[in-house]
Amino acid sequence: MGQIQLKQVTKSFGDVQVIPPLDLTIEDGEFTVFVGPSGCGKSTLLRLIAGLEDITTGHIEIDGTDATDLVPAKRGLAMVFQSYALYPHMSVRKNIAFPLRMAKMDKAEIDRRVNAAAEVLNLADYIDRRPGQLSGGQRQRVAIGRAIVREPSAFLFDEPLSNLDAALRVGMRMEISELHKKLATTMVYVTHDQVEAMTMADKIVVLQAGVIEQVGSPLELYRTPRNTFVAGFIGSPKMNLITGEEAAKHDAATIGIRPEHIDVVESGGTWTGTVGVAEHLGSDTFFHIHNTGLAETITVRAIGDVNLTHGDTIQLTPRMDELHRFDADGLRIG
Amino acid sequence: MATKASRSAARLMMAPAVILLLGWMLVPLIMTLWFSFRVYLPLRGGDQGWAGFSNYTRFVTSSAFWPSIQTTLIIVLGVLAITVIFGILIALLLDQPIWGQGVVRILVIAPFFVMPTVSALVWKNMFMDPVNGLFAHLWRFFGAEPVSWLSDASMPSIIMIVSWQWLPFATLILLTAVQSLDSEQLEAAEMDGAPWIKRFWFIILPHLSRAITIVILIQTIFLLAIFAEIFVTTGGAFGTRTLSYLIFQRVLESQNVGLGSAGGVYAIILANIIAIFLMRIVGKNLD
Repeated sequence: MGQIQLKQVTKSFGDVQVIPPLDLTIEDGEFTVFVGPSGCGKSTLLRLIAGLEDITTGHIEIDGTDATDLVPAKRGLAMVFQSYALYPHMSVRKNIAFPLRMAKMDKAEIDRRVNAAAEVLNLADYIDRRPGQLSGGQRQRVAIGRAIVREPSAFLFDEPLSNLDAALRVGMRMEISELHKKLATTMVYVTHDQVEAMTMADKIVVLQAGVIEQVGSPLELYRTPRNTFVAGFIGSPKMNLITGEEAAKHDAATIGIRPEHIDVVESGGTWTGTVGVAEHLGSDTFFHIHNTGLAETITVRAIGDVNLTHGDTIQLTPRMDELHRFDADGLRIG
Repeated sequence: MATKASRSAARLMMAPAVILLLGWMLVPLIMTLWFSFRVYLPLRGGDQGWAGFSNYTRFVTSSAFWPSIQTTLIIVLGVLAITVIFGILIALLLDQPIWGQGVVRILVIAPFFVMPTVSALVWKNMFMDPVNGLFAHLWRFFGAEPVSWLSDASMPSIIMIVSWQWLPFATLILLTAVQSLDSEQLEAAEMDGAPWIKRFWFIILPHLSRAITIVILIQTIFLLAIFAEIFVTTGGAFGTRTLSYLIFQRVLESQNVGLGSAGGVYAIILANIIAIFLMRIVGKNLD
C-alpha cells in the first residue's frame, strides 16, 4: 500500500509562500515524477511528503490516514537523497542495516534483509567497504539499498541521478525503473531533467513556482500540453512556440510545433530560412533556422544525417495536424 | 615551478626562518641538557662541575616527583573531559539559529583572549575569595558556609579556571566541525527512524571524532605546561604542584639549576611520549 494524498497543502517560508494551495493524489504503486525548472518547489513538495518540512496549512494523507503531524520515521516512507547521505563512518552493510537497527529488529532478520537487498542491487562485492571507497553509481545503489530494506509504503527520490555522469545516469535510470517493476511500490521522483521524467514516469507532475501546471502520463503531456509552459518544458529539443502574425493565421496567440513535426522539403515549403547551427547526432540532425520571417528561431529535426550546413537555404513545412494552439493566457485551445 | 633554480632559490629564502626556528629550539634544549649534567647552584658557588646522572636520580627519587606527575595528569585529563564534553554541547547549541548569533559567538570565544595570569587573578579575587568572592556571597545567600576554594578544593578550582580558558577553543573547533556535517545525513537518519539522541550518537559524534582528537592533541600539549594559573592562585601549595611547577621551584626557589634542568628533560620525554601516542590516534582518525 502506498497511496499519498495532498489536500490544500501550502508551504510558506516566513512571508514567502513557495507552495500555494495544492491538491494531488499519488496512487498506490504509481511511479510519479515531479518535474520543473530549479526553484519550482518540487524538492520542497517532496520534503513536505517526507515530513522533513512542516506544511503550513492543509493535510497529507498516506493510505487514507492523516499523516500531517506524523514525524518522518512514522510515515513509512523511505527517501534517497541527492547527495546520497550515506553515513561515512559505517560500512555499506551497516549503512543498509541502520534503519533496521533503529527499528530494533533482531539480528537474524536484519542480516536476511540486508543480504536480500545486496543481492537485488548487486552490492555483495563491496558490502564491507565504506562509502568513501565507492564510486558515485555504487553509492547511489547503497542509498537505494538503505531505502528498500525498510520495505516502505513509498519511496521518495530527490534528484538522485544529478551527481552521476551521463552514461551512468542512463544505466541507473533503467535500474530504478526495473526496481519499480519488481517491487511495485509507489515511487515519487523529483528531477529537473524532463528526459528522466519522460522515460521513467507513469505520471508526470509539471510544477512551476509551486503551482501544478499539468498532471498526466508522459505521452499525454507530450501530445496535449495544457499550456505553453508545459509545451515548452516537455520534449527535447523544445517545441517551437511562435507568436505574432503567424499565430494569428491559426486564430491563436501562440502556436506550437515540435521540431520532429516539421518536414524539410525541396520546394513549396511554408517557411523558408537559412540554417544557423546544425547539430549532427548521427541518427538525427537538428537545425536551428533563422530568417524565416518569424520572430523566433525555428528548430527542426531531420531524420538521419542530412547534409546541410551553416548558411544554406532550407524550406520547411509544419504538419498541420500536430500543431498546438494557445490563447493569450497561454492556455491550450482545442 | 620545480626547476633546479627555483628550488635552490626557495631553499635560500626559507633558510633564515628555518635557522631562526632551529636556533630558537635547539639552543635552550642543548643548554637544558648541558645544565642537567652539571652541579650548578647560582647562589651557592655557581657551576661546580660534572654531576653525572645524580641530578636525574635525585629528581625522580624526590618525594615530590610522583605526586607532581599525578597532579599534572589529573589537571590535563580533568580539563580535557570538561572542555570536550561542554565544548560539544555548547557547539550544538551555538549551531541552532538564534537571535544575535554573531554577538553570542564572540562572547563565547572571549575568554580565550584573556591572558592566563589575568584570568587566574580574576577567578581568585572575584569569584573564589572566601570573604568577598561572588561564590562566597552566593553561598551565604543560601545560608551555607563559604568554601575556601583555593585551599580546600584546590584541584577542582584550578581545573575550573583552566577549563574556562580552554572551553572557547574546544567550542570553536567543534562548532566548525558540527557545521560541516551534511544536513542530508541527519535527515536521512531521521527518515531511518533515529530519534535525536541516536542521531547524536551514531551520526554527529562519529563526525566530530576527528575534531575531538585535534582538540585533545592541541590542548594536551598546552595543558602539560600550565604554570601561570598555579603560580597566581595556590603557588603550588595544597597539592597543586604539577611537573612544570616542580621544575620551576627546583630552579628558582631551591636555586638548583642542574636539578631543575634534569626535571625539564623528564618533562620533554613525558610530553613526547604523550605526543607520539596522540599522533598515532590522530593518524588513525585521519585515514
